[in-house]
Amino acid sequence: MSRSEPRSPVLTVTGLTVSTVDTELVRDVSLRVDRGERVGLIGESGSGKSLTASAVLGLLPEGVRATGSVRLAGVDHDLLGASERALAALRGRRMTLVFQEPMTALNPAMRVVDQVAEVMLVHRTRPDRRSARAAAVELLDRVRLPDPADTARAYPHQLSGGQRQRVVLAIALANDPDLLICDEPTTALDVTVQARMLELIRAATARSTGLLFITHDLAVVASLCDRVLVMYGGRLVESGPVHQVFTAPRHPYTRGLLAASDLTATDERGRLRTIPGSVPGAGQFPAGCVFRTRCDRADQACGQLPDWRGTPEHGHACWHPTHPGGGAP
Amino acid sequence: MLFQLTRRLLILLASLAVASVLVFGFMAVLPGDPAQVALGVNATPELLARTRHEFGLDRPLVVRYLDWIGGLLTGDFGRSYVTGERIGPSLVDRYGVTLWLVGAGMLVAVLIAVPAGVLAAVRHRRISGAVISGLSQLGVAVPGFLAGIVLVQVFAVSLGLVPSGGWTPPVVDPVEFLLGLILPALSLGLVQGAVLTRYVRSAVLDVLREDYIRTARAKGLTPFRALLRHGLRNAAVPVVTVLGLQLTTLLVGAVVVERVFVIPGLGSLLLDAVGNRDLLVVQDVVMVLVLTVLLVNFLVDVLYAVLNPRLRQVG
Repeated sequence: MSRSEPRSPVLTVTGLTVSTVDTELVRDVSLRVDRGERVGLIGESGSGKSLTASAVLGLLPEGVRATGSVRLAGVDHDLLGASERALAALRGRRMTLVFQEPMTALNPAMRVVDQVAEVMLVHRTRPDRRSARAAAVELLDRVRLPDPADTARAYPHQLSGGQRQRVVLAIALANDPDLLICDEPTTALDVTVQARMLELIRAATARSTGLLFITHDLAVVASLCDRVLVMYGGRLVESGPVHQVFTAPRHPYTRGLLAASDLTATDERGRLRTIPGSVPGAGQFPAGCVFRTRCDRADQACGQLPDWRGTPEHGHACWHPTHPGGGAP
Repeated sequence: MLFQLTRRLLILLASLAVASVLVFGFMAVLPGDPAQVALGVNATPELLARTRHEFGLDRPLVVRYLDWIGGLLTGDFGRSYVTGERIGPSLVDRYGVTLWLVGAGMLVAVLIAVPAGVLAAVRHRRISGAVISGLSQLGVAVPGFLAGIVLVQVFAVSLGLVPSGGWTPPVVDPVEFLLGLILPALSLGLVQGAVLTRYVRSAVLDVLREDYIRTARAKGLTPFRALLRHGLRNAAVPVVTVLGLQLTTLLVGAVVVERVFVIPGLGSLLLDAVGNRDLLVVQDVVMVLVLTVLLVNFLVDVLYAVLNPRLRQVG
């Protein structure tokens, strides 16, 4: 927030829709990540966060298709519909991914150093194997792995989950990407390890790298991100600067999420607050506003799809937003 | 790693010891006196007794066993009851022939199975993948000797491209040797290749679903390179297991195929020896086959550790 450099977008997603043959999983998502900006993408499981990230990278599972537009700064073609070869040239170089499962993300049969060096050799950012390996050891040091030279020679099974996740981060940072996408990178880690991981991600994205950070952990977003996007049922329901969205949520779903994550507030029976009901399965969301079946403010109007109000950077999609001042009316 | 290797080696030796007792025991309890067989029905009791003494058959079983094992350990396979010749030299000769045959059969199987299996896995949602799967299913059902007969009929008899049988040692004429090896190797390898294709396909399918393949793609490797660099080595673990098991099948298959193609290998030696009731030869050949199978299993275990670093640590 405090940075004052001119804003230029690294990633621009417009009208992204992800679907299988008969089901729409993500609908009409538009978002933007600027250079040096950290954007959080939050929502419950099944809200379409990870699919959105996979669609950006062109790594959707078989049988899942994406339409709309995904543009990366400095690339003069749309990433959607680009050839596999064109996308492969960008992945690992201009845009990289850290995903949730550190235990299985690394090849069990290859030494850590070679897995890190590979991403530089594939994109020829280092001239030969030797210099790539040396650079890999430096990267392992940069992500604060103890004894980087020893760790480099290890196989993944000899490292802990937190250490492996740092190796994955080292791979993602190796070529100084423009866009770093983290898909719940800390969910599988314990709390102290998680804090160190977040510190590393913060440091890595301090300069010109844009970050899209996917999580369901609001506290992580609050401590790490500048801006936040809230997804529900495959749609964006609210977006804005973290401080404003978290202190004055407009969408009832955002308000529910915040209430549910407030561990000091309890309902009249002394229990922690939750959002009533559960997330419908894929393709089971209601027509109109996707949240209306769980929303206490829903009425006739919600049968219609609410328009987006505000700017793409700060706005919401709700017929009955809560007042900016806070709470329920 | 060293500990594991030693343990495996000890298991190998123990298995060999047990196998030798079993092989010897079966031969000993088999009805039919080798001396009687050698001399015919008209032999006098005195001559029979003398021959039995010559063959050493009048000694206690334990002594005969130790004598046999002691001989094997020093490279002495004994003398044939029927011809009286030393068994060792011809056994070694024929073992070499069979190894060529089995090796070539295995090569055919791998050359078919690896590309076909990988292709079937990568294209498992497309028609081409289904066609490969179907063909391999069909191939599994064809017995090796039938494949051999058909191959001979088409390529040797009708087209006259290659010899229909016989054996030319590689040192005598390398070209003739290779030509003669083609059909037997195909008839051995085609069926095993079909079987192996199915294992390669499922191993590669499993590997393609792994997160580290996704990591490799996120690094900028194309799907094909991701599979090549990160997938195949991991997929090789289950495939090597099956290959080890298949070698046993190939050895048994070689016995039949050597008959079809008139090849002087271990298989035809075994069949001849059984026909002549040349029991010591049978005993030796079976023991050599057992040794081969156990050695291969040992090598498979070693290969595991090479392929999978996780196995190098655990006891």
